[in-house]
Amino acid sequence: MSRRTWEIVLPASLVVLLAFVPKISADIPRLFNGPLNSPGTLQLLALCLLFGGVALTYDLLFGYTGLLSFGHAFYFAVGVYFTAIALTKWHWGFGPSLLFVAALGLVLPTLIGAVSLRVGGIAFAMVTLAVAQVGAVLVIKNPRGWTGGEEAFGTDYAALPDAFVGVLNTKNLYWLALVYAVAVFLIVRWAVESSPGRIWQAIRENEQRVEVLGLHPHRYKLMAFVLSSFLATAGGVVYLLLQTGPTPHVTSADFTLTLLIMVVLGGAGTKWGAMLGGVLYTYLNNRLGAVGDSSTVQGLPEVLRVPLSEPLFLLGTLFILIVFFAPGGITGLATRGRRPTSMRQLESSLRAERAEVTAPVQTTEEGA
Amino acid sequence: MSTFVLLTITGLGLGAMYFLIASGLSLIYGLMGVLNFAHGFFLTVGAYGTWWMELHLTGIGSIWLRYMIGAAFGIALGALVAGVVELVLIRPLYQRHIEQVLVTVGLAIAGTALVQAIWGADQRAFVTPPWLNETTDVLGAKVPNDRWLEIATAAVVFVLLQLFLRRTRYGLIIRAGVENRSMVQALGIDVRKAFTLVFAIGGVAAALAGALSNVYFGSVTPERGTSLLIFAFIVVVIGGLGSLGGSAVASVVVGLSQQYANYYGSTGMGEIVVILLLGVVLLVRPRGLAGAVAT
Repeated sequence: MSRRTWEIVLPASLVVLLAFVPKISADIPRLFNGPLNSPGTLQLLALCLLFGGVALTYDLLFGYTGLLSFGHAFYFAVGVYFTAIALTKWHWGFGPSLLFVAALGLVLPTLIGAVSLRVGGIAFAMVTLAVAQVGAVLVIKNPRGWTGGEEAFGTDYAALPDAFVGVLNTKNLYWLALVYAVAVFLIVRWAVESSPGRIWQAIRENEQRVEVLGLHPHRYKLMAFVLSSFLATAGGVVYLLLQTGPTPHVTSADFTLTLLIMVVLGGAGTKWGAMLGGVLYTYLNNRLGAVGDSSTVQGLPEVLRVPLSEPLFLLGTLFILIVFFAPGGITGLATRGRRPTSMRQLESSLRAERAEVTAPVQTTEEGA
Repeated sequence: MSTFVLLTITGLGLGAMYFLIASGLSLIYGLMGVLNFAHGFFLTVGAYGTWWMELHLTGIGSIWLRYMIGAAFGIALGALVAGVVELVLIRPLYQRHIEQVLVTVGLAIAGTALVQAIWGADQRAFVTPPWLNETTDVLGAKVPNDRWLEIATAAVVFVLLQLFLRRTRYGLIIRAGVENRSMVQALGIDVRKAFTLVFAIGGVAAALAGALSNVYFGSVTPERGTSLLIFAFIVVVIGGLGSLGGSAVASVVVGLSQQYANYYGSTGMGEIVVILLLGVVLLVRPRGLAGAVAT
């Protein structure tokens, strides 16, 4: 079979395998607490898949278009909070709430993106951070009692479709998260291979050059921004269904930094890498706590035990190590084996070219 | 009137802390192009260093002396940590700005988590010299005395930094480096020594802000560094990246507008006003008030 066929067959079989997980009662000790189809494990796997998708939406901005945003959490939080508010505080039905959130998920990033993309680089990062902070402050401020402040509130279960309520239905939520992850993957793949998608990558490499070619980078950056934000909002809706209600944490700058870490961990500018990063980070963040409580770690002297019991310490350290020793992330490590030859070829051809260019210059200098 | 005076002086006190954090951030960005997310961690190091030392100096009776020694220890620790971070983590990634920012992000997360693992996530009470908790009457307003300490410290740091930048050889190298780094290097000066120095200075100022924040809030918590850092970023960008004077003006503006809006508007309004201010400044003057360095 050709490479192209493999590229379709392998992911498709992975998705089919993942779709059958709720039907498998096998117990994988150490990796999971309880059998695969137990609600606890399915909940964790659903979160992993969801954040795999959300990380990919961030990669669309950071890895593919080269836009460093510190406010991606805001659009995720729009999905989380407005769905919860429409259902619980305004007593809307599930359908109208989703339509409303979808509209917001398109209108807000279009307006905010149109303005904030007027500046680039660090200034853009700061404007997006500022917008996200407005969201975070508003959520804590609790206007009209809608957001519930720091305590937040629980979603009104009566307003949700029955299929998504109750511990027994965790498998449906798992499938929902799987559908989300697959949908994001397909949309992002389609988008980055389309002609605007190529321009996004050109902007990442050299924005001035794109402008010189007569294209308007602003328009294309806005497209990437709106698409990525909309998909993040959709992720927020799925997140809300997976949880009992919204939490202010999803609005914080830390949350965006977490997404950045996921993407870099897996490999920025790659689809599989970003998803893998999101899945791995979520898994480790949830399971490393269990490692800290395990008897092996508890038996260690205090100097080792204390840091090891804090998942974020381990993840932060891992992240620094990745940036230092594996700049391409995990996927970069995997493909490293075949890179050196091509890099060496490239370097030698560059050197040859440079020698050609500089040789005449040197002679004229000698002559003068 | 008395409320207004109180708000003004409290706003200046808050602005003083913003300035202490922002001055280091601004110099580091101006010279090296690194947006230092670990700066909040330097503040946390200073705050916990001060708290820890003060707690363990049981042999000394005077609370003032204990606070002073604690603060000196915290500041020394802050300078040390910042210097080591530059040497070990930032220098090997020289000229790779995105990677440098990512490393500081990782450090901020790992460092805060480490402090949390050792001393817990909850805030710990901080023993303040009693005079700082008392109030002074100014035009009928009862102003807590610690505000004077914060304002005076920031003013002294501002003057010292200006003297250092204008009157010493290293200051000259730093100023020249902010203007045009490659030119300084072309003249045969090793700018990288200045990098470590600027990080250490930033560490001192941030740790000082940490020692003062213990008094201002009356406690230490692992999260404070991160929350103050966001406002310090805003101050730096409003003031103009790389400009010390711009940061000073912007921190006063931000501190005051936050206090006024929170009181005359409603709680949380102050933060929103500051953020809107940032948006307006960036869109009207993308280089900030001072406009010294391109973003």
